[in-house]
Amino acid sequence: MNPITRRDFLKASGSLVVSISIPGAIATAMSQGISSSAALGTKPPLMPNELDSWIAITSDGNITAFFGKMDMGQGVDVVIAQIVAEELDVAFDRVSVVMGDTALTCNQGGASGSTGTQLGGMALRQAAVEARRVLVEMAAKRIGVPPEQLTVENGTVMVPDYPRTKVTYGELIGGQHFNRKIEWNKRFGNPLALKAGAKPKDPSRHKVVGKSFPQKVITDKVLGRAQYITDVRVEGMLHARVIRPPSAACTPVAVDESSIKAIPGARVVREKDYIAVVAEREWDAVRAAETLKVSWTAPSAPFPPMEKLYQHIREAKPTGQGVEVNKGNVEAALKNAARVVQAEYEWPLQSHASMGPGCAVADVSGGEARLWTGSQKPHFARDGAAKIAGVPVEKMRGTWVMGPGCYGRNDAGDAAQDAALLSKLTGRPVRVQYMRHEGTGWDPKGPAGVFSGRAGLDASGKVVAYAFHGKGFTRQDMATNESDPRDTLAGHLIGFEPKPTIIFQTPAEVYDFENKRHSWETIPPLLDRASPLRTSHFRDPLGPELHFASESFIDEVAHAAGVDPVAFRLRYLAHDARHAAVVKAVAEKARWRAGPNPNRGEGDVMTGRGVAYTERNGTVVAVIAEVEVERSSGRVWARRFTVAHDCGQIINPGGLKLTIEGNIVQATSRTLFEEVRFDTQNVASVDWASYPILELADAPEAVDIVLINRPEMAPQGAGEPSHRTVPGAIANAIFDATGVRIRRVPITPERMKAALARA
Amino acid sequence: MDQKISFVVDGKSATVSADPAMPLLYALHSELGLNNPKFGCGKAQCGACTVHLDGAPVRSCVMPVAAAAGKQVTTLTGLGTPERPHPLQKAYIEEQVPQCGYCLSGWIMTAAAFLKNNPKPTDAEIRQAMAGIKCRCGTHMAIMRAIKRAAGTLTA
Repeated sequence: MNPITRRDFLKASGSLVVSISIPGAIATAMSQGISSSAALGTKPPLMPNELDSWIAITSDGNITAFFGKMDMGQGVDVVIAQIVAEELDVAFDRVSVVMGDTALTCNQGGASGSTGTQLGGMALRQAAVEARRVLVEMAAKRIGVPPEQLTVENGTVMVPDYPRTKVTYGELIGGQHFNRKIEWNKRFGNPLALKAGAKPKDPSRHKVVGKSFPQKVITDKVLGRAQYITDVRVEGMLHARVIRPPSAACTPVAVDESSIKAIPGARVVREKDYIAVVAEREWDAVRAAETLKVSWTAPSAPFPPMEKLYQHIREAKPTGQGVEVNKGNVEAALKNAARVVQAEYEWPLQSHASMGPGCAVADVSGGEARLWTGSQKPHFARDGAAKIAGVPVEKMRGTWVMGPGCYGRNDAGDAAQDAALLSKLTGRPVRVQYMRHEGTGWDPKGPAGVFSGRAGLDASGKVVAYAFHGKGFTRQDMATNESDPRDTLAGHLIGFEPKPTIIFQTPAEVYDFENKRHSWETIPPLLDRASPLRTSHFRDPLGPELHFASESFIDEVAHAAGVDPVAFRLRYLAHDARHAAVVKAVAEKARWRAGPNPNRGEGDVMTGRGVAYTERNGTVVAVIAEVEVERSSGRVWARRFTVAHDCGQIINPGGLKLTIEGNIVQATSRTLFEEVRFDTQNVASVDWASYPILELADAPEAVDIVLINRPEMAPQGAGEPSHRTVPGAIANAIFDATGVRIRRVPITPERMKAALARA
Repeated sequence: MDQKISFVVDGKSATVSADPAMPLLYALHSELGLNNPKFGCGKAQCGACTVHLDGAPVRSCVMPVAAAAGKQVTTLTGLGTPERPHPLQKAYIEEQVPQCGYCLSGWIMTAAAFLKNNPKPTDAEIRQAMAGIKCRCGTHMAIMRAIKRAAGTLTA
């Protein structure tokens, strides 16, 4: 008997209506009447120097902004709508934002480095300023008064003293294209910048910017009416599952196709070392992947034993090195110091462990080549999918559909190329979704490293020398985006050569030490291709790693100098008022009590407070963590956080606070719970039991946030900066509570208990 | 061997012809084309696949479809409507809880059943009741506020 398909079911039962919506942003654009406007004038090519690439106005005067970066859940699209509404002088709810479709938006780099507002928003601000300038110019011609005598109120251009002399944006251009150029710096991706022929509004006149507008999409998500990447269903698509080797460095010798012959419609798709199974029905693909018998080459041992990871890093021959800060003569000053403080810190490999494993749908079977992806960089994902499928990049359309949060280059980027390759190999549209063991076991990882600090104090306790050195895996075995098959598992398995980039960095702080050095070294990957331990960007790449170490070390130096940790930081930040201000603000809000510590608690529960401060691309953050350490179990509860956050001009304070909360909680999870486990052959963290993350029971009781708004400054990023401040604050609070310094993450109950026993 | 299995989903009758051992999740999401629940782990470790079966929360990724025969299945989509959202849905919107939102079925379906039996829980009871539900975006502070708001125990 033939299985009843969903289509049959819908036809036959008539009892359940599921609309088959058009996936992604095109639906939004069409509902805004943009497609119909094409008939009313020739749309210029989708290039950044065309005003029409950024702003469209419908006949009813509503605005569509085309955003080439992404919102991944924090509400960047709301911020963009606010910025555009502000500069165009229209109400917030008249602006909708289209993003994530290569056919509708220019490549502004996708979600990347907390630059959604900082870079992406500034391009949209310029586009909106230019659109307003052009519209007012058009109105001036129509009304017959000079443009400087006109004002705009909610999309209506008028002469202030003659309110009846007016014309709306809709009347001026509704449904038609501007066909006007805008100055563009000829760059794509993050650096893309525009320049309007007029100035943005003075911040003192802002009405929409600075207010807490909610995310409309949250209503759809919460009511279960949003469509995710996993919900994209294309006529005639096959379901696919990939086959990964049991041991990381193994390649397939033989595939026993007869092992799945009992599963209806299931078959093997193979190219070189790449193996997948496809079936008409999803459950059959899942069963086939579980059942398929593959013989593999003999396992080797590409990885060191897990307990020797840090020893391996210390001993590995560097592949690259750099000195980012070099002031005075650190070595000479250390020699002459009255006292030298030294410490070393270790951070493990961590997984994106996305809420849902990677999923993508692609169709290169004929007609327009398509990719649907949840990747945070859909333009680049399209480029890579086209390349692996052998389709000219400009002939493939990529459409982002919301997915499980990426937080960097997660497995969504690999899935996009799997789908494209499998569509090419099968000649059908293909939906691929990973299983959990692939999502956690085979996603690109955040790099592990060893970080060391050396500081020299003079007899008075003043810091006369400060050296910080980081050594670890590059943060980019895989590029930050998946625009090339050389950067995906599928690409490696069909023979593309990997192209790792050596990239590392040093702490972002401005402590004014007269002799100061920041340096780094990278080491080779453990396995150079198709590795489950390949590194790539995971939220705030190297941020938590470096600043766990540097802010713990600053605390150790303060303690050695006998100075209160807040006072110590302020002493060496005195030259930078903006950086000092966050430390002062957080101390004041948390009612920090000065005085050298530790203050070892009595009884089973010890409490303590710790401070940390960091900078990230123009945003400064200070955090005070309050922890409880349970002596008997070793459990650390980060009970309360106080955060002072300065990201320049604030566009949406409500969304910003929620973004900061998410950063704090996710970073707490990384600090206390997360470590990728592995043996010499493969990754052993393959699900939520073997890769635990923070749950509600361990969430803080409160996160108090002080937002420092600087309307006179350009807005800086907020998606990551408060992430890196957390680990050091927690470790410093543990020291305050227990007198024990924990220098290795994650700070699990076992580790805490063992450290207490040693103390 | 496929079997015909019938149940009611979000108030509508449905029949699938499937391997009775197939998890209910695949029947709902893949065979019937419903967008909720979500696949998160396939191991009942995260909650993203949670639905109500005759009013009780179950992890549809490990529950065989055969176990749903003749029963009432409610997904996140069927819990409330835009006009009459479930109090938790209303609270989630007011508190602007989700970021990616992929985990929502886990939290809302579990909390909805929990609040039915414990209308005024303490913070400690909420924390305990939500054990095993994951959120990768770290929206736990807002989740706590929303559950308390729905229970009417949120204080400024």
